[in-house]
Amino acid sequence: MQETKTAPQNGEFQSSQKRMRLNMGPQHPSTHGVLQIVLDLEGEVVMRCDPVPGYLHRGTEKLAEGKYYNQIIPLTDRLDYVSAFNNNVAFVLAVEKLLGIEIPSRANWIRMILMELQRIASHLIWFGTHVMDIGAVTAFLYAMREREMILDIFEMCCGARLTYSYCRVGGLMADTPPGFEEKVEEFVKHFPKAHAEYMKLVTKNPIFMDRTVDVGVITAEDAIDMGLTGASLRGSGVNWDLRKHEPYIHYDQIDFDVPLGSKGDCYDRYLCRMEEMLQSVRIVDQCMKFLKAGPVRADDPKVMLPPKELAMSQAEAMQRHFVQVIHGFATPVGEAYGKIEASKGELGFYLISDGSSRPYRMKIRGPSYVNLQSLPLLTEGGMVADVIACIGTIDIVLGEVDR
Amino acid sequence: MPMQDSLQVVVDRLKDKFGDNILSVSEFRDEVTVRFKPEVWLEAHTFLKEDPDCAFNMMIDETAADYPLRPDRFDVICHLLSLDKRHRLRTKTQTVEHIPSLVPVWRTANWHERETYDLFGIIYDGHPDLRRILLTEDWEGFPLRKDYPVEGYDM
Amino acid sequence: MGLLNNKFEENIVTTTVDSLIGWAKKSSMFPLLLGTACCGIEMMAVGYSRFDVLERFGMLFRFSPRQSDVMIVAGTVTKKMAPVIKTVYDQMADPKYVIAVGSCAISGNIYKNYSTLQGLDRIVPVDVYIPGCPPIPEAFAYGIIELQKKIQREKVIRKNKEVLDPTAPPTGDVAAIKRPGYIKLPTAEDYAAFLDKDIEEIEAERSLLMPGRGSETK
Repeated sequence: MQETKTAPQNGEFQSSQKRMRLNMGPQHPSTHGVLQIVLDLEGEVVMRCDPVPGYLHRGTEKLAEGKYYNQIIPLTDRLDYVSAFNNNVAFVLAVEKLLGIEIPSRANWIRMILMELQRIASHLIWFGTHVMDIGAVTAFLYAMREREMILDIFEMCCGARLTYSYCRVGGLMADTPPGFEEKVEEFVKHFPKAHAEYMKLVTKNPIFMDRTVDVGVITAEDAIDMGLTGASLRGSGVNWDLRKHEPYIHYDQIDFDVPLGSKGDCYDRYLCRMEEMLQSVRIVDQCMKFLKAGPVRADDPKVMLPPKELAMSQAEAMQRHFVQVIHGFATPVGEAYGKIEASKGELGFYLISDGSSRPYRMKIRGPSYVNLQSLPLLTEGGMVADVIACIGTIDIVLGEVDR
Repeated sequence: MPMQDSLQVVVDRLKDKFGDNILSVSEFRDEVTVRFKPEVWLEAHTFLKEDPDCAFNMMIDETAADYPLRPDRFDVICHLLSLDKRHRLRTKTQTVEHIPSLVPVWRTANWHERETYDLFGIIYDGHPDLRRILLTEDWEGFPLRKDYPVEGYDM
Repeated sequence: MGLLNNKFEENIVTTTVDSLIGWAKKSSMFPLLLGTACCGIEMMAVGYSRFDVLERFGMLFRFSPRQSDVMIVAGTVTKKMAPVIKTVYDQMADPKYVIAVGSCAISGNIYKNYSTLQGLDRIVPVDVYIPGCPPIPEAFAYGIIELQKKIQREKVIRKNKEVLDPTAPPTGDVAAIKRPGYIKLPTAEDYAAFLDKDIEEIEAERSLLMPGRGSETK
């Protein structure tokens, strides 16, 4: 902790004896992964904050240029790894837009149910880690209890707890097993009680309110200018939710509310996300009523693999299976942007196709990357301890930041 | 389709103002793409943000693509969104190395342009703080170019 | 043994000092969590109420390397992050162990590209590898039990025949790794020497190795 004299940049700050450069390094318990933040402090006040991402840059976009579309799906799982199914769906929506194919309705309703369950799972991790960083360590244990119920539902469908790869271009990998609907209904009945428990424990807690009210304030104009989306934008009062205003899949047939904040501080964003969890349960409940029996894979022979019984007995089906696995399926020349309202904001996949079975360029618009850019705006002028609250409130996941 | 009407207005206004500086307007699967000449890049985006019929107040994404066999090898691509009119637009231009920065128009372009510089090597004139963001400071080369191998140079 | 034969009652435990030290070390490991990616989330979930893999083995999370003795690296290690992990490893005090969790930490997984380190053992010596993407919670428990067995076997007071240098970089020479049933792989010089031999010498050697068979050239 020695005093440093830094060269003046932008002519803004003077080299002062009191100013200290502190490195909240990549290995830190509360940075939710490997994020480095370089702080310039004068005493306890943050004068300049500079987040340094890139410690988890795994080159997904470069790898995707050499893989077929179905092979990219496991790569997309690992972007926002706390809600992996959302990434799968966003990518598959982009490819299906390029191809122009139609998805059977059962696959769409199951996708919606699982996406909303993932939103709840992601918000539970946010709740656990954010409140734990502020000081209430037991909140994490409560959140994990409900998240395990959701992971059980996913493990029943596809066998994995965290990285599913359950979507395919044209539908789902396989139909849900028997017992899926009962488990989902059991969760829907149980969750509001657990949610009431969290609200009772945390929301009116005076210490929690002291640490989050009027901390990390961002106005609506600043939020739009910085490109914030998701609950971070709605906490400042801007009414924008892709599920309502640019509906995809069947969201226009479902009735739900979008919670909005007013001041744009950490407490408003907290309340927005807590209410979003309840609205997600409402959506799942309504989707279960629409769910009917039917196929989960599109009828297009160029895109979908044939059913296994046919592939093992008929020669044409086996050839089709072989060709699709070895050569993939070709998409028309053009570009498409597939987007969803993920748990952290607008997740978009921009694909440029040159007519072959591999994308020419895939760009992932990760909401956490764009939201993290506003961290200096939230923290400059505040105290060091508020930096921790602000990182938690913008809800970042490093897989999406660094891709 | 309702989206296409307001976007038709946008395209007409752009054609009125910029005329020859628009190289092409295309539409694919309900998405409109406008290709500009690089000389009007900054002016076009200022117009798109401030004109009341366009009103694109949020920049969603700014990125690039590499076509190494063309003389102007990079395509710089921008996605825009208007929260009030609820329409989206994609703007493109082409360049070899330099392009004006869009940070004066939307502050969110800052990190998008740093990432594009880091991975492609496109230099944004007028950017306040252009340095590498996802790779280490002393990295040599620009990985997302088509002539950089996937496995890098020192496996 | 006449003096000590059957002298002690049932309430005295006899053991070696090494076993006692090993038991003490393995039952109170303090892990340092370096969760970088998806495996980090799985490890957090595993350490808490439903599976409770860590508390029941006597482990307590410490977030500072100065206070911990097991470093659990869960998740992808990129080239930007590698010097940080090496620094953190160097800050830990001896005796220290490393667990590599997940395919990315073991060998780079599907990320075979410019930015990912192909395995954690390129920078620090690893004791236990737990494969999976991410590994299921039962696999975590199994991995920790394997590390406990390894700690129990260690020689602390007795002499170590081979003293391993923890700061030496791992050797990349596959032929130099000794395994039980060590087989010497032939090199180019061996093949050149074989080509220089006369045919009678080769026949003589072959008849020594397979005594029942006659030579086949006749």
